[in-house]
Amino acid sequence: MIKIENVNKVFNEDQQNRVQALQDISLQIETGQTTVLKGPSGSGKTTLLTLIGCLARPTSGRIFLNGEMVSSLPEKFLTEIRRKTFGFVFQRFNLLRGLSALENVMLPAYPLGRDHAGLRKDALRLLADMDIAAKADMNVENLSGGEAQRVAIARALMNDPDFVIADEPTANLDTRLTGEFLKIVEKLRDQGKSVIMTSHDPRIWQADVVDRVVSMEDGRICADEVLKK
Amino acid sequence: MKNYLSRQRYLMDFTLHSMLRRKVKNLVLFVVYFMVIFILASVMLFGQAVREEAAALLKNAPEATVQQIKMGRHDLVNKELIAPLNDIRGVKKAEGRLWGYYFDPVNQANYTLMVPSADDKQHQIKPGQSIIGPGVAANRELIRDKFLLLLPPVGPLMKLDVIDHLDPQSALVSADLVLLSEPDFRAFFRLPADVYTDIGLTIRNEREIATIVNKITSKFLGTRVVTRSDILRTYESIFTWREGLLLALLGASIFAFVIFVFDKASGLSAEERREIGILKAIGWETGDVLAMKFWEGGLISAGAFLLGLVLAYLHVFFFQAGLLEPVLTGWSVIYPDFHLAPHIDILQITTLAFFTVVPYTAATIVPIWRAAVTDPDSVMR
Repeated sequence: MIKIENVNKVFNEDQQNRVQALQDISLQIETGQTTVLKGPSGSGKTTLLTLIGCLARPTSGRIFLNGEMVSSLPEKFLTEIRRKTFGFVFQRFNLLRGLSALENVMLPAYPLGRDHAGLRKDALRLLADMDIAAKADMNVENLSGGEAQRVAIARALMNDPDFVIADEPTANLDTRLTGEFLKIVEKLRDQGKSVIMTSHDPRIWQADVVDRVVSMEDGRICADEVLKK
Repeated sequence: MKNYLSRQRYLMDFTLHSMLRRKVKNLVLFVVYFMVIFILASVMLFGQAVREEAAALLKNAPEATVQQIKMGRHDLVNKELIAPLNDIRGVKKAEGRLWGYYFDPVNQANYTLMVPSADDKQHQIKPGQSIIGPGVAANRELIRDKFLLLLPPVGPLMKLDVIDHLDPQSALVSADLVLLSEPDFRAFFRLPADVYTDIGLTIRNEREIATIVNKITSKFLGTRVVTRSDILRTYESIFTWREGLLLALLGASIFAFVIFVFDKASGLSAEERREIGILKAIGWETGDVLAMKFWEGGLISAGAFLLGLVLAYLHVFFFQAGLLEPVLTGWSVIYPDFHLAPHIDILQITTLAFFTVVPYTAATIVPIWRAAVTDPDSVMR
């Protein structure tokens, strides 16, 4: 479970271009759920996602992960938490060009120093789960948008995280690919993973697989809707 | 430990892939870096080897040489001087030496004609015979292994059988050498029987050399004593001066190379910064990113250093330092076609590594460290 208490995030503090990205956010996200943060551009949803995913620290306020406060931990510990607890799917997928799909998927596990055969096997299995094993040896710059996203999801799952965090996952996808993405999210939820996404795409926050929609505006939460299934 | 090694292997593997993805930049860096090392190492290895060679060859030379001086110039020395020099305490042996220069009009080359010492059992020559240096042999290609024709200042041609060649290992000083018997030498130069070119002194205790030199110069006026260490010092200063001159001339271009390398190596492209952000976001620690970049710098640096050093070694010791030889050994009609004995001074190699690998690594690691410690949330923006 993730608990956020009175979190504020300010960029460029004490400077003329100071931006208050988040204001007094409090939120509790249960495990095993699919949560969507929705809102227009500049509403602070991506910033909140980076704080939840331990990619950055709040300016004030506290964030707890399974009861342990993580918002004030040093970078080294945050990295450890990121690696074990969170898997990230970025808006532009952020796959490393010049590497194959398989190598991209294996990347998050390199610092763990696992045996190569086991690592490769797991990566291939994840690619097979995403229905893209046939493209394992293809360089990622040659993949289509939908294929690249599935590789990015496989990479996010490499270290078997509890939470999958996705930033605007369907921003670059057509309706068919969005549908395929939602099927993957459903599969993840069935596996017991928690999925937290940002989106301003109605196809996402109206989808059956979504359990909760948190609406944001100007750095504040303006609505929090738990969907009854 | 196994985990640590396995992790380093993954980092190295990823680093190699990374380098291949930016192969043009890395190749240019590598080539420039390796060329700088090659030039510096060639000059260093060559200079050092030549000095070592000279020292090794002079080891068998007499500790001191007594010359007669007339009107400030070197003159022939009378054999009557040998006995009193032998009587000086500390002198083991005083021996008259015969050597001179000969210009060969056929090959337009200068030879050094010399009578080997009576103690030199390896090169004992009878009248009518000669042993020639490798340079002379190469220069007189048509008649080598048969006989040598010398045209004396006065009189008929002198024909000597060539019975042997001098060891090419010592070619630096023996390339133009012709060894012949004392009667032939005297006949060729029309030299009276009671004179020598100079007198070589063998001295028992090296620490007594200075005292003996003082004794000789005060007792035998008009003589000059040249010690072996004087000759060595002259060689040293000539080669060191030439090496320094060459390095100074190369300095400007090397400096330009170094600036270019540092500029290329230390600047991180937007793509590289983005990659560092992605790696941190997916769970790589700052230390992992630094280790990866350290491997990258290390592979280029160590690779270029080793390749430059090995090629410099081959260039100097197997290809006679073709690129540097004219500058470092001077010029003459007969070039000594010598092969330097392979010699490596660990201190020099360490110094070269310290002044190339360490600054390179430092120049690359600082900007990478700056990029690596920034928050990984940049990839989300």
